[in-house]
Amino acid sequence: MTPLEKVQEQFKDNVIEVHAFRGDETVIVRPHVLKEVAKFLKEAPGLEFDFLMDLTAVDYLFFAGGRIQKEFRFEVVYHFYSLKNNQRIRLKVPVTEEKPEVETLIDLWASANWYEREVWDMYGIRFQGHPNLKRILMYEEFQGHALRKDYPFNKRQPLIGPNN
Amino acid sequence: MVTKTRSMLLNVGPSHPAMHGVIRLIMELDGEKIKNVDVEIGYLHRAFEKMCETVMYGQCFPYTDRLNYVSPLINNVGFALTVEKLLGIDIPERAKYIRVIMSEISRVTDHLTCIGASAMELGAMSAFLYMIKAREFLYELVEEITGARLTVSYVRVGGVKADLTPGFTDKCFHKIAEVRKVLIEADELLTRNRIFFDRMKGIGVISKEDAISHGITGPFLRSTGVAYDVRKANPYLIYDQLDFDVPVGTTGDNLDRYFVRMAEMEQSLRIIEQCFQQIPDGPIAGELSGEIMPASEMVDHAKMGQTEGLITDEVNLDPTLQGSTKKYAKGINTDRRDIALPPKEETYSNIEGLMNHFKLVMYGHGIRPPVGEAYFPVEGANGELGFYIVSDGRDNPWRVRVHPPCFPIMSALPKCLIGSVMADLVPTFGSVNMIAGELDR
Amino acid sequence: MSFMSSASNFFTSKMSDALGWARKFSIFQYPFVTACCGMEYMSTAAGHYDVDRFGAGFPRFSPRQSDVLFVVGTISHKMAPVLKTVYDQMCEPKWVVAFGVCTCTGGFYDNYSTVMGIDTIIPVDIYIPGCPPRPENVIDGLIKLQEKIQKGEQSRTLYDPRTKVGRPSHVSQDYTISQHIKNTEI
Repeated sequence: MTPLEKVQEQFKDNVIEVHAFRGDETVIVRPHVLKEVAKFLKEAPGLEFDFLMDLTAVDYLFFAGGRIQKEFRFEVVYHFYSLKNNQRIRLKVPVTEEKPEVETLIDLWASANWYEREVWDMYGIRFQGHPNLKRILMYEEFQGHALRKDYPFNKRQPLIGPNN
Repeated sequence: MVTKTRSMLLNVGPSHPAMHGVIRLIMELDGEKIKNVDVEIGYLHRAFEKMCETVMYGQCFPYTDRLNYVSPLINNVGFALTVEKLLGIDIPERAKYIRVIMSEISRVTDHLTCIGASAMELGAMSAFLYMIKAREFLYELVEEITGARLTVSYVRVGGVKADLTPGFTDKCFHKIAEVRKVLIEADELLTRNRIFFDRMKGIGVISKEDAISHGITGPFLRSTGVAYDVRKANPYLIYDQLDFDVPVGTTGDNLDRYFVRMAEMEQSLRIIEQCFQQIPDGPIAGELSGEIMPASEMVDHAKMGQTEGLITDEVNLDPTLQGSTKKYAKGINTDRRDIALPPKEETYSNIEGLMNHFKLVMYGHGIRPPVGEAYFPVEGANGELGFYIVSDGRDNPWRVRVHPPCFPIMSALPKCLIGSVMADLVPTFGSVNMIAGELDR
Repeated sequence: MSFMSSASNFFTSKMSDALGWARKFSIFQYPFVTACCGMEYMSTAAGHYDVDRFGAGFPRFSPRQSDVLFVVGTISHKMAPVLKTVYDQMCEPKWVVAFGVCTCTGGFYDNYSTVMGIDTIIPVDIYIPGCPPRPENVIDGLIKLQEKIQKGEQSRTLYDPRTKVGRPSHVSQDYTISQHIKNTEI
């Protein structure tokens, strides 16, 4: 069984969508089962995804100029890699604008620490249970979250010097 | 009388002598012993991901150059491969070989800079000067093909910008022999040097389980004993047809990382030599039997409507201009006319070629991949460099995410340093090969 | 009387010439290296394109001991206060070289986190454009800096982007990404 089928069999109703666009296996699950799915991916025999390669988020405000409507504004994207089985899988979790919160994966993979801090800095998505959630790429006095689609790309908030 | 001790906070500030980039380390010291390290990054955040959302796909390449600026071609290749995966196209064989040759040259420059700079910080100034001399030889090679030494923007979606120049093979072999001589000299200077050995052996140790849990890849992971290399695990371009080894260390300390990097440089030079033996021939002269004229002349003829005979004529293109001529275009660019620029004879001599060129270059047009997402990992000099691109079907990318290989390594730096003395910061930090452009993007 | 004053003028002008000559051939630079231009700075300092022949061979990694501040690479808004602190700590006479186009005018990083030219924060003497500048460009800039040091001139003006006053006329950024997007909005 492929990893996608195993995940679908284990978490039947909580899986929103499964696809393999261009060969990348992707599974989209509901936010409240994120921790169990991640634990399952890490520990189940045959899956054993021991590398959390990447953790990022995507903002779908005005996607495709408004022609494609998505239900949720943000999606947190996890890329996993299994060293033993040489497989990759992508896990996506949709997050709403009103309550942008997900659980942290820091007790399963130590790499989640800084990645989650970066997502908080750039998108404003909180990770419950993270010990030290503060900005990592921008300075603390920065207002707003830079990679959101409604933050203009050249709006500066200088610490010193003229506001150009 | 009771003596109370307190630990000292030392700020190794953003601007510091180590030539690796801007980072701030706040160290809690008990005498000379390091009790805790807090790493603060973000001093070179240049908003790569935000800028890529405002420009077209082809315009992102200069931004990708400046990510890992010591091996810029590998970033270009990674981005181009991701967009090509999203589009679902394949590129000609010769373009693949050229991309591999340029990537491996970039990898050698990266390892030379890393070892040279970390040797200089330990006091071995001569080793640094020799490594930079070898790097200059490679920069001359890169400049001959791409036109620039450092920030090249050489790769395009669907191929590369221009073909190899005639006589490049001999030049390349000559320079590779010179680089090998420098590597032998550096080996004699450093490997059995008492001071270098003592300062690097047993310092900055990280265990295999910690490295995997932190998501570390590249020479850092290979020095702990895990033989994970993206070129062997998920072969891309033509790496599955090449014969090379993946050097692996045992203890995970600084000395092993030095040996792994030296061995990887030798393997990269081996790869370049094999590529030159296997590369398919490029220029095809068959269909062109007319005269060779400069581009301005062809444009003047076409503007006046004198287009008879232009179909077999050839353009004598200045090497500083973009694009390639009909003789070379088939070998280095894909056939898809909605992705790669047409050869210059088409652009200058007829209106369909000109419109094709405009539709790819003008703002509001350009490459339009289908709606979807793709992640493509490439072996960068520091580890797995992955690009994740989300496309919404329009001309600007919706989201470009680069997975920087040194980001997890920097988050694991406290683990390598706690328990050692203050002076061990310098060799450990040097062997991490932190590139601020990639870390902060 | 006039003979005495012209003799003392002759001596003081020869003294300042000698001081200028001594200063220009013993440059102790502080390389404030941040980004890609640092690689070309390393190439210029190494064997092929030597700067040691200009007397600039020993970088002093402390602002108290240096007289030329080479700002090499992009300065972000997080880094700007650090740059100002380092500049303020240097002793007179001091000169500043803006190495690379990111420090001259901001380059193509027209976004929320980049300072569009360090002359908005500290006064700049020499602008070396290029992305990154070739080592030959750097040596050309170094020779121009030496002429300035010989004459004892230092720049004291900051650039004000609202009034566009304070930058030499040959240093300009005519077309930024913001203007490009505004002009081509469909």
